[in-house]
Order: sequence, then C-alpha cells, then structure tokens
Amino acid sequence: MALSLLSPEFRVDRDEAHCIACQVCVRQCANDVHIYDEEEDRVYSDESSCVGCHRCVTLCPTQALTVRRHPLDFRSNANWTPQAITDVFKQAETGGVLLTGMGCDRPYPIYFDHILLNASQVTNPSIDPLREPMELRTYLGRKPDRVEVGLTAQAVEVMTELAPQLTLETPILFSAMSYGSISYNAHRSLARAARECGILYNTGEGGLHRSLYEYGPHTIVQVASGRFGVHPGYLRVAAALEIKIGQGAKPGIGGHLPGEKVSAEISQTRMIPEGTDALSPAPHHDIYSIEDLRQLIYALKEATNYTKPVAVKIAAVHNVAPIASGMVRAGADIIAIDGLRGGTGAAPTVIRNNVGIPIELAIAAVDERLRAEGIRNQASILAAGSIRNSADVVKAVALGTDAVYIGTAALVALGCHLCQKCYTGKCNWGIATQDPYLTKRLNPNIGARRLTNLIRAWSLEIKEMLGGMGINALESLRGNRDHLRGVGLNEVELRTLGIKAAGEA
Amino acid sequence: MRYVIIGNSAGAVGAIEAIRQYDRDNSITVLADEPYPTYSRPLITYLLGGLVGEERMLYRPPDFYERYEVEPMLGVKVVQIEPQERKLTLAGGGTLAYDQLLIATGGIPFVPSVPGDDLDGVFTFTRWEDARRMRSFIEGYGVRQAVVVGGGFIGLKTTEGLVARGMKVTIIELADHILSACFDRTASRLAEAILHREEVEVRTGTTVQEIIGRAGKVDQVVLREGERKECDLLVFAIGVRPNTALAPREAGIATNRGILVDDYMRTTAPDVYAAGDVVEALDMLLGTRRTIAIWPLAYRQGYVAGCNMAGVEREYEGGIPMNSVEVCGVPTISVGITDPQEDGYEVLEELNQEEMTYKKLVLRHNRLVGAILIGDIDRAGIYTGLIRDQATGGGFKDDLLAENFGLISLPRDYRKHLVTGEGMVV
Amino acid sequence: MKRIYVNEEYCIGCRLCEIHCLVHHSRSRKIIKAFKEEMPRPLPRVLVEEEGPLSFAMQCRHCAEAPCIEACITGAIHRDDLTGTILCEEEKCVGCWMCVMVCPFGAIRRNVQGRKAISKCDLCYGQETPVCVIYCPNEALVYEEREP
Repeated sequence: MALSLLSPEFRVDRDEAHCIACQVCVRQCANDVHIYDEEEDRVYSDESSCVGCHRCVTLCPTQALTVRRHPLDFRSNANWTPQAITDVFKQAETGGVLLTGMGCDRPYPIYFDHILLNASQVTNPSIDPLREPMELRTYLGRKPDRVEVGLTAQAVEVMTELAPQLTLETPILFSAMSYGSISYNAHRSLARAARECGILYNTGEGGLHRSLYEYGPHTIVQVASGRFGVHPGYLRVAAALEIKIGQGAKPGIGGHLPGEKVSAEISQTRMIPEGTDALSPAPHHDIYSIEDLRQLIYALKEATNYTKPVAVKIAAVHNVAPIASGMVRAGADIIAIDGLRGGTGAAPTVIRNNVGIPIELAIAAVDERLRAEGIRNQASILAAGSIRNSADVVKAVALGTDAVYIGTAALVALGCHLCQKCYTGKCNWGIATQDPYLTKRLNPNIGARRLTNLIRAWSLEIKEMLGGMGINALESLRGNRDHLRGVGLNEVELRTLGIKAAGEA
Repeated sequence: MRYVIIGNSAGAVGAIEAIRQYDRDNSITVLADEPYPTYSRPLITYLLGGLVGEERMLYRPPDFYERYEVEPMLGVKVVQIEPQERKLTLAGGGTLAYDQLLIATGGIPFVPSVPGDDLDGVFTFTRWEDARRMRSFIEGYGVRQAVVVGGGFIGLKTTEGLVARGMKVTIIELADHILSACFDRTASRLAEAILHREEVEVRTGTTVQEIIGRAGKVDQVVLREGERKECDLLVFAIGVRPNTALAPREAGIATNRGILVDDYMRTTAPDVYAAGDVVEALDMLLGTRRTIAIWPLAYRQGYVAGCNMAGVEREYEGGIPMNSVEVCGVPTISVGITDPQEDGYEVLEELNQEEMTYKKLVLRHNRLVGAILIGDIDRAGIYTGLIRDQATGGGFKDDLLAENFGLISLPRDYRKHLVTGEGMVV
Repeated sequence: MKRIYVNEEYCIGCRLCEIHCLVHHSRSRKIIKAFKEEMPRPLPRVLVEEEGPLSFAMQCRHCAEAPCIEACITGAIHRDDLTGTILCEEEKCVGCWMCVMVCPFGAIRRNVQGRKAISKCDLCYGQETPVCVIYCPNEALVYEEREP
C-alpha cells in the first residue's frame, strides 16, 4: 500500500503524573485515539485519528489531557498554506470531493466585528433594563399596509384583519438542522428550549419526529427540495412553514444523508426506505421560476387554511436583494436569509468556503431594497449565518432584520467544539450522529437547560445594550442604521451596509 | 399482653424486630437455654479456627435487649409448654404465663450412637460452649490429627476451622459424595479436588463404627470396613434435627420431623407460633413442607411470626435451600434444586477443571429453580432473585452462563418490575 | 428516603461513577493518590453493567425489606436508625458471602484484597449527595425520594 502523506492534525499531551489509567478517555473517544495497554497498565494515544473535539479532555477526572495542533511545520509560505498543501495530498490520495462540517472558517472579513453600537448620554438618557420594562417581543409575518383602529364601547381595537403572525419573546430562533444530520436528543433539546423561552426551532429538512409533535406551537417545519417527511399532519402541527430554497453553507447545491445514517426512526420520520441515501436535489424540481415558487407558497397556505405564515429560506448570494423582492411579491410572509458563514452537517469544503456573501451585507441590501420598493412591511426578515453573541444580534437587527436564527451557537451551547467532522457521523458530543453509543451523551434535560440559559443570557445582554442606546423596544432598533458606525471599512462597504463611519456624528 | 419467645437466635431476633416495629408497648420475654446474649451460631467455626475472637460473637449490639425493651432470661431452660393454660414450666420449677408464644428452639445435633463416643476429645459442634471446649482441648493437648464426621455444609465449615489451626483433617461422609444436600456430583468432585489440594482427606461411603481411646482420650477410629485411622480429635458434624422436645403430642402442637406451621407460622396450638430450624415450613420450589435449616430463612420465619403475633397479617412466601460455604478458600454458593433426578428439568453448566470453577443452572418449565457456583460467586444473588421470583427465563436463558450476566441481560420490563420504586427508571 | 436512581437512556458508560466512588471510599480521598499509591486499591461500590450501547450503574437499593440483613450471620449489615441507609460494619464482617448469595441486584461485592469482607454502597454516608450522582457527567444518576 502506498504511503499516506497525511500527518495527524492534532497532538494529545498526557501528563503522566496526573494520568491514573482510569480509561475514561479510552471509553469516550469515538475515534479510538486512546488505547489501554493491559500489560503495562497505562493508556497511550494514537493521534492519527484525533479530530480535536476535546471530549477526552473534558471528561478526564484528573485533567491529565490536553490537545494541541500538531506542530509539524512546513516552510513558511503565505500562499501555499499547510491547509492548501494538505488538501491537495488528500485529493491525490482519495480522488474525492473534500467534505467538511459546520460553517466557513476562512478569514474573510467579519463585518459584525467592524460595526460599533451607540450609547445614550446626556441629551437622550439611557434606560435601566432592571428597573424599566423592555420589550424584546417580536412578531414575524406579513404586516398590513395600513391598520385601521376602531373604538368600541370597551376598548380600542384593531379592525384590520391581520395575516398570521409568529410571536417571539426574544428575537432569536433556533436555525434549521435536520433530524438525520443531528440526533433525536439534539432535536428534543431544541424543541424544549424553544418552548421554555417562548421562541421557535426549525425542523430542517428531515421531517418531524412524532414524539415532538407536542412542541408544534414552537416548531417551524421545513419543506425542502427532497420533501422529506412532508405530509398533512406535519404541516398542521407546526406554527409556521418554511420552503427551503438554499442554505448559506452550500448555496446552489443539494444535500446528502448517507444510507448508513438512515435508521428505522429516521426512515419513518423522513418517509424513505431504511438504509437508502437521502438525497435532496439542488433545485426543487417543481420550482423553476418565481411563478412556480408562488404556486408552492399558496399551495402550502391552502393546505393549512391560511392560518400559518409561510417562510422562504434562501442563501445570501450576489443577487440576494432582487431575489428577496421577488419572493415577497410571490407571497412569502417571512424571508429567511442564510449567510456565507452558515453551518452544515456535510458540504464540499470548496463550496462552503467560497460561495455566498456575508449575512451583514445581505441584511442591509435586502432591507434597503424592500424599503425602497415600499414592500418592507409585507414580509419579516430572518437572518442566519454565524450570529455568535448578543452583540451580533443587536447589530443584525439594527441593520434591518426582524430576528435571527442561530445554528452553530446553539450546537456549541450543547457541547459542540467545532471540530468540523460532523459528516463522519462520529460526533463525540452526541449531536451530529445517529450512533446509539454516542447519542446517549446528549441528555435533553441538560441540553434544553443549556440552550435556555444561552437565550436568557443573550436576551439580558440585548436589553442592556438597548437600554444603553436609550431604546426600550426592539422594534425601535429595527433597521435603525443610525445606531451603528463602521470602523476599518471602506466607502463601498459603508455604503452597502448603509452606515456611517465611526467618528461621524 | 406478653410475648414470650423460647429461643435466642436468628428466629427469635427476627420476631423481636418484627414485633417492635408494630408494638412498642407490650412486653417481650426471651428464654434462652444458653447463658449468652444472642450470638451468631454460624460463627462458632470461625471462633474455633481463630478467625474471630470472642468479642465478635454477638449477633446484635450489647444494648439490643434494652433498646428493643426485651426481658432476656438467659440460661433458663423451658421444660414444658401447656398451650391450654398458656403457661410454661421452667427448669428449677418456675412458671411463666404468655399471651403469644414463639417456639424458636432451633436444632439439636444429630449424633449416631457409636461405642466410645464418651471419650475425651469427642465433640458435637453446635454451640458457643462447644467451640470453647474444643479450643481448650486443642490448646491443652496439641491436636494434630482430626476426624470430622459429616461431609455436609456444617462438616465443611468445621473442617475449615480446624485446617486454620494447622490440623490434618479427615472427613468421613456416609453418602457417596460430600455436600450431597446442596451439590451435584460434579460440584462435589470439584470440592473434593480442592480439599485434596489442601491435604484434607475425604472418605465417602463410609462411617465411624467405633471410637477407640487411650488413657480416656480418643486415639483411633474404626471405619465401616474395619480400617483404622489415627485421631486426636473427633467432631460429629453431621447436621441438626429439629429440637421438638417441647412439642410432644400431649402439648397439642403437631409435629412431623419438625413442628408443623402454616403460612403464618402458626402451629396447631392457639397463639403458639414456631420459626427457624425447629419447623417444617413451606418449601417454595417443592410446594411441600419441610425443614430447611438455614440462617436467613430462620430470621425471615421469625420475622413473619413476629408480625402475625403483633396482629399484622403477614404470609410466609416459602423458603429455598441455600448455602454459602468456602472450601479451603474457594467460595461456593448453592441455591434451590441443584441435582434434579426426575424428568422435566433443563440443566446449563460450565466446568473449568484447571481454574476449579463451576457454574450450573437448573431450569424447570423455563424458570430458574437452582444454581451452583464454585469459584466465581460474584452477583450470585441475581440467580437467587430469579429463583425466588420464578421469572420466566425464556428470553435470557442463553445469557445465564455468560460472564457478564447481570440485570442487563434481563428483559427491560422485568428489570423495571424488579426495581420499581427502588431502582431504575427505564 | 432518598435513593439513587439511574436513567439507562442517559448512561454513557464512562464509569466516572465507579472512579469517584472508589476515591470517596479511599483513605486519602485524593484521586491521584488513591489510584497510584493506595494498595490494595479500594473497590468501588457501584458497578456499571454494559452490553452494546446499553449501560447503567447499579448499586445497593437500600431495600425497605432487605434480604442482606436477614442473611447476615454476624449482624454486621444493619439499618441506620437515623437515615434508613443499610450499612455494613466492615470490622464485624467475616466474609461468609451469605449476603452476596441473597442480594437480587448483585449489589454486594466481595473484597478479597487483605481481610475478607464485603463492600457495598453506603449512600456516601455523612454527605448530602452521593459522589456518583455529583460526578455523573450526563445526569444519568439522580438522588431523590420516590416512594408514595
């Protein structure tokens, strides 16, 4: 067999003074990195398969382990980086498409980190969120062009009939992650946390497991190109429906869940035979024009009696603004945009890293375009693609989105260490796997608690930031670009984002 | 109201602890013919062997009677029961009235009559006193060669005690294999091999015909075929039979070989209960009544009797024979029906001659009814539990012999049922 | 009375419960010392049963009517008046293994390193919460009261 040119990605450092050979690391590593030698009564490591997930480090009862980047140095080369070299080695060995998981990890500019927020002082006093009411509640759905208000004997009432709305207690939702790419326990954690926090989660394209129907009022169900799991009951139980046209991590291509991961449960939920590959085609094969999209949107509305908002999710690409405009006119109640940094369970590395645009620019472009066309009220905007903290949420809202989807952040809350090996199905944290040995590791009691904690923490921080800006309701922030200033951005970027430069009043 | 208990061992303690759970007001009197507080009879072989000292012989803490408000009358022998009068006659002439009576007089050693059995150095071995006397004898005369008559459970334990004192021991057993009450032939042979390895001689199919002394002390024994063996000490450890002396027919307490009791431990005399080695009670696996002289059963029977005596209805679920005995340091456990002779039984077994381990499981109609474990006895209680529950082993029969057999091998629903309220949520 | 219950759905078979039980019942109660220096190594009183992906931790159930107390010939196994916990006075135990023979959960272990005696869960007597529950990384073990 020819020699492999690939060296380990990580090195495991074991402090022998701390190691008690308890073998917890041996039992916990799904990649069989740690091995117990009975003769010598010690544990040693074979790092060739270490993915840097830190499971062993976290569980070691004496903190004997740490994981470092493998210190193999190539000659310095700003162009042919070690990653570029290794990728060519891999392809020369396998002849295959390089796959990866999670979101784009290349050093493109992160516009959130170039945007700064305002604070109130002197003339417009800030608000103390611990003492005064703060409104984070957000409604997603089509808003009418005008609202007629009438006065009855008892009270003031809205006379205009409103399109169906989704109520969010805080402008954060859990992004679409399919059952199949992530485990049942992960789905259960998301569903419970969504209910606990008064928000929603998205089933992704894998259908909805029957036991999660009880969380229906907090569920957005997806109708994706493979139409997995789509049946009348599925549509009826949900709070909203989302047609998935594209995904930020892999715009323009479809999805693939290997047959090995299609277990009995997944087979039943997705409505496909057990053991067969679940292929989501690139386009919906019944949507080849905007009229076709309109037809599907209204078919879904008819099927649910116009009681639920219908969203359409697209990846943020160069023409995102005109596409969004078309979607709104086609009848979408919510436009979900997924940016360059969005995550995935499996995608070709080259697509994930090179296709799409950053969400910050997309939000600004779409918001601006819809306002210019006078149709901004006809759909809510949902933004996704690496919202990492509450500041990103606030900036995204100020740029023009109604609410944000978090995917990667939610999984990190559940224990993900971003080792990017989701496509192997050996997620050591029990998240991106169907292996029963591994899925046990995610206890929904703990998962739901961690997600709820994250949402609560971010919501408190958002209130602090809003209060600091002198705002007490989120809707006063929406699209309010004047609260943002850019730093280290060029004129074109500032113009696209629609914000001034820091220093300008 | 007065509770009176004749006996001071496992059965008596079980009854006391049951009665006091429900009745802290009325008096309990315990009559013990031995002058000691309740002590652990099985420990006498350990005492003999020097493995425990006298201070560890007590079965319950020294303040037991005080805490449970029991009046102990130690060293007091009962000579007659009159159930019609509800009266006991004591040795030395006194009487004692009772309202509820428990007879827990245990067993008396089974001793065949053999010429020379009155020589010094010939002992029966069922009491603390016996252990003391034997120790004095051994220390006084420097015994080197001992003969133990009886190759059952008690004989083996006695042998262990003697071997611990550095003696050469010969076991004389009447049946053709030792431990015939609890083991099958394979297990017996394995036990013999273990004993042989430790230089204990085992003679089966024979008995002691005559004991020959010199200067008043035992010197030789004559076996059935005429063979003679040197011997400085002889112990009759054949077993016990129910001590039913206090229940002669006139007393109105029905007996067979032991005192007959119903499922509430009641004898045929009103307000008279019996428990322990003295009774014939339900054998759960055979469905008939017989004497099973085992410590845990004695306690349980005493406990059930105590509940019923205190007015709390409690049924005895039946007993199962079970023994745990170490053969020269090799642990063995036997439970239930271990050597079925009739049809209708299924046997699973695994013998490892080199490692000296043996595992045998006996099933009847797909339910576990017996087990023998030699060498590896870890978690043996799980088998006992399955026998007690008469759980259908159809589903896990193949796993019974497996090394990692455990609760995990049992069907999920049964495991849940077994542990509900006290265990696992499945 | 609070008891330890296990959710076999969430047991990941890591055996950290066994490790911490062992440490808590060691002389030093320090993990590195207990493992590397204390000889013979103390026994854990909780046992993880494992078959394929199914696993769960098993320890003494502290039964309301305990067969082990009935079987104990020395009276070493007894119920603590204050807490209801079933404890074994190890100095009194002679290693007759009668309790091993009757425990339907197989929860009693034989300690044959040194003096023969049994080893059994004592609910970490004196602590508010048993260490196996504290250190279970997936909250598979809980300590709660469940009788009616």
